[in-house]
Amino acid sequence: MGLLERYAEVVGQDVIEHLRQLSSPLKGMKVVHVNSTREGGGVAEILHWLVPLKQELGIDARWETIKGTEQFFKCTKLMHNGLQGNGIEIGHGLLREYERVNAENAEELRGTLEDAEIVFIHDPQPAAILGCLPGRKGKWIWRCHIDASKPFRPVWKYLRRHVENYHASIWSLSEFAQLLPHPLYLVAPSIDPLSDKIRDLSEQEISSTYDRWGLDPGRPIITQISRFDRFKDPLGVIQAYRLVKEFIPVQLVLAGGGASDDPEGEEVLRQVMESAGSDEDIHVFNLPSDDHLTINALQRVADIAIQKSTKEGFGLTVTEAMWKGKPVIGGDTGGIRLQVVNHHTGFLVRTPEGAALRIRYLLKHRDILGEMGRKAHRFVMENFLITRHLREYLTLMHAVMFEFQDRIETG
Amino acid sequence: MPSTVFYFKYGVTIKGAVFMAEPFLEKDCALIAMSTGEYAQTLRELKDRIRGIPIGSIYYHFWGGLLRPRFDVPEFQNDFAVWASRGMHDKILAERLALLDPTHFDNLEDLRRELIDVIEERLDESDLLPWVMATERIYFVTSQIVIFNTGRSYAIPEALADNIPHMSRGSIFYHFIDARRRTPQAKNDFSTWLEGFGNSYQELSDRIVAIDPYFTTLSELREELYRVFDQYRRERKD
Repeated sequence: MGLLERYAEVVGQDVIEHLRQLSSPLKGMKVVHVNSTREGGGVAEILHWLVPLKQELGIDARWETIKGTEQFFKCTKLMHNGLQGNGIEIGHGLLREYERVNAENAEELRGTLEDAEIVFIHDPQPAAILGCLPGRKGKWIWRCHIDASKPFRPVWKYLRRHVENYHASIWSLSEFAQLLPHPLYLVAPSIDPLSDKIRDLSEQEISSTYDRWGLDPGRPIITQISRFDRFKDPLGVIQAYRLVKEFIPVQLVLAGGGASDDPEGEEVLRQVMESAGSDEDIHVFNLPSDDHLTINALQRVADIAIQKSTKEGFGLTVTEAMWKGKPVIGGDTGGIRLQVVNHHTGFLVRTPEGAALRIRYLLKHRDILGEMGRKAHRFVMENFLITRHLREYLTLMHAVMFEFQDRIETG
Repeated sequence: MPSTVFYFKYGVTIKGAVFMAEPFLEKDCALIAMSTGEYAQTLRELKDRIRGIPIGSIYYHFWGGLLRPRFDVPEFQNDFAVWASRGMHDKILAERLALLDPTHFDNLEDLRRELIDVIEERLDESDLLPWVMATERIYFVTSQIVIFNTGRSYAIPEALADNIPHMSRGSIFYHFIDARRRTPQAKNDFSTWLEGFGNSYQELSDRIVAIDPYFTTLSELREELYRVFDQYRRERKD
């Protein structure tokens, strides 16, 4: 069975037919995606499905990765942090290495990239390649996957020199977009319903989760899945849990990764453990970032998902929980606002007290909890699956090929 | 001839003009959103930005919601009203903005002027409002529309009617909403096509024109459209 047929089983044949019609005029088009790694990270996850799906639709899509040095990746890590607002200057030596590595990769990929009709460059790592290929013929698009809503200005000013000459750029939310002299497209992220983190699990896989993680299936479970990061407010979640616990014998799961290679994450995890103390109903799991099946199962055994962030990018963990039919109590910030619709798919809250109130309300009104979960699933089905993401990429490809006219009639 | 089947079946007298109508080509569309880079965080800024943003952005904030992630029963239909409520926490302004129905305006420039009037009126009512900072910004977005063929076409109204429940939301948007912007009489494509049959379908065409596409969703619009076609068909049968 082809990939598209497998997705058709989830989203319906109509949606796939829509994609086929939209992509029909793009058949045979040479398209190249370039990023910095094949494994690990959200960008590689996207390209792992996006490129094969484009190929199955008849587009001549390729995926290239650049090679870098330790100094190069040190520089791009600082760029990434800088775009997120972390105010650390990048030394000239690192920036020269960034430019040198980009020039080297441009040379390596010259034939493929100069020949392509559309080139998608993902994130800052390969962004400077464009300037090294004056003989390029196609349309070049820079895809920024980072929340650059309040970048550290010196870093943005440097990067802007490299990205302003692209024909267009793509941003995840309008809040993240920085003004550039070309069209700024908006494409929200998505989840892949066939991936290990999202796919359906068997009854057995779900029921074994209780034993494996010491959870009581007879009492409600509230789960927050996220990195141990102060902006995810795990201490606020514990506070909310305690306010609920006075009335309902609830269990709390705080699970996430990223603490091992992040000094700040380690400190947050320590604070969380300290706050949890000896409470046996608070379960804190520091998981490897690739333990997708465990994350999947922990989301599925939950009654309610929490994402009480005080600052958030798009918040894909919210999307994941909603797909699994869980109402979400989320912080009133970033992309959570796009997904959590008060009284429909969950509740937006600003305080631990607000979260506690909504948890108690939902646990008392099980029928409403169930209805919200069903709505949440439908909402993700229609809006945040990769099929929508793919449709927007295809639409955008038409748009850039037709010189960005407001109205494009194909075929 | 298929159209003959339809008219005999429903007993409609056919004039020569009936057979001159071209088949109805079902098209579909997809919107891609684009940031204008503009945003507002106060009511004054909102007014100033509305004055200067591309007209496509006004269109997007009134109509684009139909094809965007949102709920079937949104509290407010347009993004300006949503922001007045959620960002400014000004229910009075939100209600006034929510009542603006773009179908009541001859063109989007008139709608832009009315938007500015409503905001100015609200600013005049309060000494405090001009200084209030919203708790969240409104970002101005515009869009491009890509139209593509579905490969389906209909020679007779009956065939079109039968297929309406299977049309995508994009097709409904294109033929009902987008058509208003693209056609000289600001009319939906279904009515325009039916009028190509002479007077035979004028009544059906008028009924479709009477459907208010604004305070609804594309799914509801599709259902309503089908009901109108179906009702007309039943009446002709009786």
